[in-house]
Amino acid sequence: MSKERLSEDQASPGSPADAPGQAEVTSANGSGRGGRAGGGRSGRRTLTEGQRSERRLALLLCAPAALVMIAVTGWPIIYSIWLSLQRYDLRFPADQEFVGLANYVEVLTSSYWWTSFGVTLLITVVSVAIELVLGMALALIMHRTIVGRGLVRTSALVPYGIVTVVAAFSWRYAWTPDTGYLANLFAPGSAPLTDQASALAIITLAEVWKTTPFMALLLMAGLALVPDDLLKAASMDGAGPWQRFIKVMVPVMKPAILVALLFRTLDAFRIFDNIYVLTSGAQDTSSVSILANTNLIQALNLGIGSTMSVLIFLSVALIAFVFVKLFGTAAPGSDTEGRR
Amino acid sequence: MAAFGGTDTRARKLRWSLLNTLVVVYALVPVLWIMSLSFKTPATLNDGNFIPREWTLENYRSILSTTEFLRALVNSIGIALIATAIAVVLGTMAAYAIARLQFPGKRLLVGVSLLIAMFPQISLVSPLFEIERTLGLFDTWPGLILPYITFSLPLAIYTLSAFFREIPWELEKAAKMDGATPGQAFLKVIAPLAAPGVFTTAILVFIFCWNDFLFALTLTSTERSRTVPVALSFFTGDSQFQDPTGSISAAAVVITVPIIVAVLFFQRRIVAGLTSGAVKG
Amino acid sequence: MSDIVLDRVTKRYPDGALAVQEVNIEIADGEFIILVGPSGCGKSTTLNMIAGLEDITSGELRIDGTVVNDRAPKDRDIAMVFQSYALYPHLSVRENMAFPLRLAKLDTATIDRKVSEAARILDLTQHLDRRPSNLSGGQRQRVAMGRAIVRNPKAFLMDEPLSNLDAKLRVQMRTSVSRLQKQLGTTTVYVTHDQTEAMTLGDRVVVMRGGVVQQIGAPQHLYEHPANLFVAGFIGSPAMNFVPAAVADGRLSTALGDIRLTDRLRRAMERADAPREVILGIRPEHFEDASLVDERVRAEGDVFTGLVDVVESMGSDKYVYYALDEKARSAELEELAADSGSSDVPASEGQLVTRLSAVSPVREGDHHEVWFDLGKVQLFDPATGRNLTLEP
Repeated sequence: MSKERLSEDQASPGSPADAPGQAEVTSANGSGRGGRAGGGRSGRRTLTEGQRSERRLALLLCAPAALVMIAVTGWPIIYSIWLSLQRYDLRFPADQEFVGLANYVEVLTSSYWWTSFGVTLLITVVSVAIELVLGMALALIMHRTIVGRGLVRTSALVPYGIVTVVAAFSWRYAWTPDTGYLANLFAPGSAPLTDQASALAIITLAEVWKTTPFMALLLMAGLALVPDDLLKAASMDGAGPWQRFIKVMVPVMKPAILVALLFRTLDAFRIFDNIYVLTSGAQDTSSVSILANTNLIQALNLGIGSTMSVLIFLSVALIAFVFVKLFGTAAPGSDTEGRR
Repeated sequence: MAAFGGTDTRARKLRWSLLNTLVVVYALVPVLWIMSLSFKTPATLNDGNFIPREWTLENYRSILSTTEFLRALVNSIGIALIATAIAVVLGTMAAYAIARLQFPGKRLLVGVSLLIAMFPQISLVSPLFEIERTLGLFDTWPGLILPYITFSLPLAIYTLSAFFREIPWELEKAAKMDGATPGQAFLKVIAPLAAPGVFTTAILVFIFCWNDFLFALTLTSTERSRTVPVALSFFTGDSQFQDPTGSISAAAVVITVPIIVAVLFFQRRIVAGLTSGAVKG
Repeated sequence: MSDIVLDRVTKRYPDGALAVQEVNIEIADGEFIILVGPSGCGKSTTLNMIAGLEDITSGELRIDGTVVNDRAPKDRDIAMVFQSYALYPHLSVRENMAFPLRLAKLDTATIDRKVSEAARILDLTQHLDRRPSNLSGGQRQRVAMGRAIVRNPKAFLMDEPLSNLDAKLRVQMRTSVSRLQKQLGTTTVYVTHDQTEAMTLGDRVVVMRGGVVQQIGAPQHLYEHPANLFVAGFIGSPAMNFVPAAVADGRLSTALGDIRLTDRLRRAMERADAPREVILGIRPEHFEDASLVDERVRAEGDVFTGLVDVVESMGSDKYVYYALDEKARSAELEELAADSGSSDVPASEGQLVTRLSAVSPVREGDHHEVWFDLGKVQLFDPATGRNLTLEP
């Protein structure tokens, strides 16, 4: 095995032979730092492809998904805005004409709209508030239980997975006089679903039951981010269980909590299935989605229906804006630029 | 557990068992109730008992003999499966690009899909209703599959890109050093590792499509493409003289079974999918 | 087994960042060569270019005299061991080691024979049917080695293969890697940031910094004749002491007191660009308790008396720390300090580290006299970092 070496010692800046090279070595300091940044990146690159072909591949891969999403949402949104500026009732198609903002005036001065809006807000606020508390409790149980973790998680997923309409029927029959075990237990002799207050309570109950597990899962992901050592340190510092929860866990989890609240608030605002099955919107229990649907599909008034659609869209945008700007909710995905 | 330090193991186990029982009861009572209704005879249907006094399979027999329900079941399964397959394929492609490649417009894509995830679906109902009527898609399978793909794509993209980020991509290099072509590296090393994530995403997307009511209600008008949740809600007006409660309950149980099965077998995956997609997404 | 030649190999990223600049290395057949340097010095990029995992911007890479710049990794017949081991989690140990052989379409009997042979060498026979997730760190490392050796490749590339192990295991694995390489006689390129690994493992060591090769040589040569401040500070543990020095009246005025200029040092001063200010470097092990040095030896060195700050008894010897008033300043030293993390420690004044015999009676708080070997003193140019004591 020959280990013959032509140059035993290739000291680049050492020998006087390359004295002019010395200036280079010192100046290589600067470029060396640049090279350092480049070197740090080396492991993350798709190496055999140039940046351009990487981009082309990426755009090719994303194009189908992006096209479908834009075709099914982008164009209809614009179309919906255009429809909202028309008088367009499918029962009288001949009367279609451009009416400017007249539909908006009509909707915004209608008591039906404002009742539905109030009902929607009420259900949203109350159900999300209850879900936050219950969801946190459920998340803690799922995260920390020392027995039957699989069982708890599996059963918690049932409300998440079940078809909303099915669950809504279950609640409806439970509160139907005579038929329902809950009606007989809590409200014998009355019909809770035919009274606005109790009907809204039942709608909220159904909504909370169905979506608490989802909230709990989002919060559990946040709980997993709280390091155990932090809790140990807090208890060494003299914090009791409640203080540890309020002063350590909640602040660390805050981003996860805000994201969960944002998701659920926007989701609750579009409540439809539960109300449709439970009351069909009778006794002033319709949400904005129910009302828009009634105008669109039952009354076939596309102009008014579209106006409501646009208004609902604007409300949702406003809620999202408030969350992001006021509470500083990090939009999920904003920090996904890093590769790892 | 530090939170309950001092108490002995048995007491802690008991306490957790109680809490767990509470969760199980909370989650299962409404499901058990509708099951119970589905097994009740017409005579005992309105007795308000949680457990049936007389058991019967008559409700199942009756819905399974109507084309109304069977047709809806076929529609539900077919539409959900096709939508899931397409959404997962498109989502996998996009998620791979998001997790692994640098390209302009990545933030925009993530932002847009986030917007769609939070979009009020009712706002799309009127234009889609009108557009689909014009294009002849109204009351057809594609008419439902398209919006399902659209609204499940954000879910698919988030979940998958979270999974893809977890894959140790150094293995791809290792495979190349071991003599694999890029194709072999993908098929023999990356695909087996990505499969669980893709499968989990498919379950989540299927649940989403299976669950939908609003689009199915507004974009269909006949048995041709009406799905079970909608068909179920229409049982109500079936006949004035026949109480539909039993049939509805039986139909409800039938479409709940696949969900229960999925949850039972894939609990761990579903939890992983929802938590990773939601937080890191 | 093969020789590998890097001829003015350069890596420049599309954004213009220069990761590796004109690297020339000739690796002989069967040689064990170490690329060492702080993180970001370009050593891993260089290794990846040899592997074919990164494109070479300019220059030539030759294996066995053939230019392989444009060959895919799979066509270079090189095996690599990764820092994270990169074991396929869905395959058993046996399947992991068989993976490259399967890809090479060897018949089952040959694969079985080669895998068993490698498993025997690496003491993995009883783990062959387990999954990587059920193995300890050391076992995983051995599986990664096994996957590399089964193929009998032209060369092994190792990218910090031991850095995920705990300290004790790392020392054990170090000797087994060395033994294995000698046994197989396969050309090996090994990347590490740990100077101890570099000193103990390699036939030759390549010290890199900022994408530029600083010096190539046998470990002992680098230790005794570092080309510049960077190599001097990087090689050796504890690190070489650096103190400012200036020539005055034929003597060298330093923080260690006035030192007489030997002929060797005088010649060195003449090589300096501005022969007034230099940096004096001396290793801790070239000190000794003055009371333990006999007269004859004493004459070959000089003595320094200072206030003992801290004494660390290692059992075999004692590390004695003195506080100095002044600290040598140089851009290169700052970079060294930043790399070792010591720049976070506030130090307005310098510190002198000495390694004395265990029998030395030195105590903290004493004014104690230490002797140092003038023959081992090195002088550096503060502007360029060049070692002036190196004879041309």
